[in-house]
Parts: sequence; structure tokens; C-alpha cells
Amino acid sequence: MIRFFASKLLRAFATILFVVTFAFLVLRVSGDPALLIMGAEAPPDAIAAFRAAWGLDEPLWRQYLSYFAAIANGDLGYSMRDRRPALGLVLDRLPDTLRLMLPALAVKILIGVPAGIYAALHRDTWIDRTTMAFSVLGYSVPNFVLGLMLVLLFAVNLRWLPSGGAETWLHTILPIVVLGTAGAGILARFTRSTMLEILGQPYIRTATAKGVPWFRVVSWHALPNAAIPTVTVIGFMIGSLIAGAVVTESVFSWPGIGRQLVVAVANRDVAVVQVILLFVAGSMVVSNLAVDFLYGWLDPRVRTTRGKEG
Amino acid sequence: MSRLDIVDLRVAFDAPGGPVEVLRGIDLSVTAGRTLGVVGESGCGKSVTMLAAMRLLGRRAHVTGRVRLDGLDMLALPETEMERIRGGRIAMIFQDPMSSLNPVHRIGTQLRETLALHRDLSGGAAAAEAVRLLDRVGIPAARSRMSDYPHQLSGGMNQRAMIAMALAGEPEILIADEPTTALDVTIQAQILDLLRDLQAERRMAMVLITHDLGVIAETADDVAVMYCGRVVEHAPVERLFASPRHPYTRGLLASLPRMDARETSLRPIPGSVPPAGALPMGCAFAPRCGAAEPGCHAIMPLLAPRADRHEVACHVGARAAA
Repeated sequence: MIRFFASKLLRAFATILFVVTFAFLVLRVSGDPALLIMGAEAPPDAIAAFRAAWGLDEPLWRQYLSYFAAIANGDLGYSMRDRRPALGLVLDRLPDTLRLMLPALAVKILIGVPAGIYAALHRDTWIDRTTMAFSVLGYSVPNFVLGLMLVLLFAVNLRWLPSGGAETWLHTILPIVVLGTAGAGILARFTRSTMLEILGQPYIRTATAKGVPWFRVVSWHALPNAAIPTVTVIGFMIGSLIAGAVVTESVFSWPGIGRQLVVAVANRDVAVVQVILLFVAGSMVVSNLAVDFLYGWLDPRVRTTRGKEG
Repeated sequence: MSRLDIVDLRVAFDAPGGPVEVLRGIDLSVTAGRTLGVVGESGCGKSVTMLAAMRLLGRRAHVTGRVRLDGLDMLALPETEMERIRGGRIAMIFQDPMSSLNPVHRIGTQLRETLALHRDLSGGAAAAEAVRLLDRVGIPAARSRMSDYPHQLSGGMNQRAMIAMALAGEPEILIADEPTTALDVTIQAQILDLLRDLQAERRMAMVLITHDLGVIAETADDVAVMYCGRVVEHAPVERLFASPRHPYTRGLLASLPRMDARETSLRPIPGSVPPAGALPMGCAFAPRCGAAEPGCHAIMPLLAPRADRHEVACHVGARAAA
């Protein structure tokens, strides 16, 4: 058990290291922060001073090493643009992003999972086909298209909802709908196929053959088994909560982490980008660990083999 | 004395080219205290017959005919009445015990579910009865096995747990669908012994579905041989083995390897089973039959009741017996 989670943690650490290194190299190689932030017309000695101040004149491997040395001391760097700690800047934006993402996640689960179950139980009927048509539509329309269409309809034509910004809860409705739609579609489809597979299992026939009423066959015999793979997909969705809002936040001018990432990348504001990527990678890793824990709870087969390992 | 009568049972499955008939008029009965063996190759409809009788085939199957439990037509009952019968008056066990038990629930919990459904037992009484049943089917340390999950038990132990679950509703009829096929040979014999003992002890009627003539010889009182969705021969077990009348039954018996003869190779029945959607007009076995006459290809032979209780659906075989 301990070895199982130690190896998981080690792998998680390696993942984060890889992400940080990759982002570091790409950002340094693809553009010069000094020119982008100071402007191309700035005097050469001012640009040189900016480079010296941020250590940009040192060789790449040196910058890389000192970056990690700083992280080891708990220093995640400063924004080159705002000259404030990058961590603080990102943390300031985090609540706004979560204000969209958590309700969107709820929308995905509360619509996707029941729709998938319902479709599976009515396989090959018009209910099933209609649900699946909406599901395909939901995840095949890109976020920015759906976002713009909703803005056009509800903000421009009907004038029911604001088109962008973050002042009131009314501002959150359209972004949440846009963010939730694709995930709900994916979850519905996945839940349906999982349920159909489970309903075809011999133990479902056993349950029916021993006189268990159909509702209980579904709720007590099928659903706990179908939950095992479905939790994995939901885990991935939780992992991509923070990163998932880049496009949608831009469409709705939402002041969250997604838009902050776009601006920071454009400015080669390395420290801010790195912090955001750490959050993204970290939430992926944490949700994967959580899924592994949940597996043990949901699936007795996993529980006992782990027990034997540890 | 309870009895199950299956009369002219027909099943067709929806398929892209129109419904395909897989059962083409089955007549069978079982009575208390006797074991009916249903034998035939894969796809002959032996499992489908019992699943259709229990109404477990789902919406894609079109089932017609009569399935009477002491005169009560099960095919016409409302679903809630069927739930009382399934696992209560008629219990079933299946081929693969490992996948027939729910992997996320404990053995004891699954057993107690049946006790709650059919005998209104819960709490301590249910637990005690569950342990007693596990003990009866020969599971050692029954009390501690209650909290095990199916994957923690062997195939043989799981099949015993399945049998205990089937017994939990105190059924009058037990349908065993290939109960030993997925098990080791040594375990097979133990499970068959157990089923035979329980059947005698409880005076149950038992239907044993198998493709194994050896299992039939050891366990059944009567035998129905099925081919392409029909019963082709029906007889008391000794008569069937002593003087098989249908050429297909003869072929099956002849194809068995024998301990007392030195044969270099097995003797298979020539040809192959026609697909369910493309059966010949007359006798389905005629294309593979060495004794077939012109009439066999045109007229389907029927299973006629006979005084000696040895029925055969074969023009040639029936004439020879007369």
C-alpha cells in the first residue's frame, strides 16, 4: 500500500518537473521578454539593464539552475511586468476561475451522468438517440463558437444576460453553460457506453434471475460497477479545471487564470506562466491521486491486490 | 408436486435482415424430484429455452408459446409477479461463477439480498441462515467467507456460493445452465454431486443444461436432445444411451472418445450446423444425416408422444421404433 502510493507520488513529481522544464525552455527560446516588456523602441542600455536585473544575460543552464534553487527556497519568482510575486498574482485570480469551473463541473456531472444512464436504460429508442445527438453536438461545437452564439442570442438579441465581465452572478451563467456543455456531452456518452457494458455482464443476469426488481438491479448492481470507469473520466475533468478556461475566459473577458495565462505567455512573463503551469500540473496530479484512492474505495479487487503489494 | 411445462416455445431475435428464429417450438416438462438434462451443441437453443421461460432475454427477443408453472402461464404474468417467481419458486445458476457474482458486493451481502427478497429475513436471522446455506453447499469456514468478495474465492467456491444463493429462496425448480463448464474436472464432479444431493434432499425439479453427455449420464433422469432450436429426441436417460433413435443423438454418442476401444481418432458428425437464419425446409439435420430420405428434406419431422416415453423427431427413427 505504501509502496503503491510512493511510486505514484514519485511519478507525479517527475511529471511536474517535466512540465516546468518544458515550459521554461519553450518560453526562453521563443521570444525575448526584455524586448516584449520594454518595447522595441527602448534604449539599448535600458534593455541591457533589464536583462541584467532579471538574470536574462546568463547562460540558459544557469538560469535554469537558479530557477530551481529559488523554488527550493519557496520563491516562485516575480512577474517581470508587475514586479510582484508571481504566486500572489495567480492566487488573486484563482477564486474567479474556480467561480466558473466548479459550477461548470457540477453541470457536467449532474447532466452528463444521469443523461448517460437514462440513454443506456432506453437503448435504441428515440430517447437514447436524441440524448446521444445532443451529446455529440455538445462536445463537437468548439467553446468559442458556442460562446459567441450564446452571446449573440442572450446578450445582443434578447438582452437578458451580460456579454462579458465578472460583476454579478448573471455574468457567470453564459461561461458556465459554455464550459459545462462539452464535458456533459462527453460524460453522457461515456456513462452510456459504460452502463451498457455493465448491463450486459453475467452478474446483472444473475441479479435479475434471483428476482431483484429492475430499479434495484440498476441502482445496486449496475451503478457501483459503472462508477469505477466513470470516476476516471471525472478525475481528468477535475484535473483540467484550471487549464480548461483559457478560451472561454477570453471570449467572456473573464478575469481568471486562463486569460492571465494568455497575457503572460504573450509577454514571456516566465514566472507567471510557470506558476500557472505548476497549478495546472499540480491539479492534474492531485486529481489522479484522488482517482486512485477512489478506485480502492469503489473496487474491492483493487483494494485487496494493493493490500498484498504493501 | 410442482411442475414446469414448456409448450410450443418460440423465440426470434431482431436482426438486420428481419427476425431470426432460434427456438422453433419447444415442448418440455420437469416435475418435482426429477432432473431433466438438456443437451446439444453451442447455439442449439438450450440456454435460450430456459432464459426465455424465465423471461430473461430482454426486449430484442420475441417470445411466444406457453410456460406453465403448475398451470400458471409465466409468459403472461406481470413483471412484479415474475420477480416473486425468479429466485423464489424457480432459481437459476450459470456457467461462469466468477462473473456471475457481483464483483463489488460481498458474498454474504449478495446472499442476504436473496433472503430479504424471498424469505423476508434480515439482520441476525438472515446472517445465520446465510452461514447455514454456505455451510450446506460445502464452503469451509462459512462465517468468515461471508465478508469475502467473489474475486477472493476460487471458481469452485464461487459456484458453491451461487448454489447457496439459488437455494436461499427455497426453490421448487432449479435451472442449472452449464454449471460445471468453467470449472476444473475434479471440481466439476464435486459440484454435480452437490447438485444431485440437494435435488434429492429438497425434492426439487432440476433442469441441467449442458453440452456434456457425461454430465447427463451421471445426473439426469430424462434427457432432451436439441438441434437447431428444436428438441429432436426426448427419453429417459437409460433408454437414450442404450438405444438412441435420432441419427443426431447416435452421432453425438458415436463421437465420444471411448475408454474401452482403441480408436486412433474421434468420429465427428460430418458437415456443420446450419446458421439459424438459413435452415433447410425439412429436417434441420437432414443435410448431415447418413440415413436421410427424400422426404426428410421436404417435411419437418415432429416429436410425437409415444407409449414408451421415448420420443423422436425423425421420420426414419420413428418408423424403426414402431
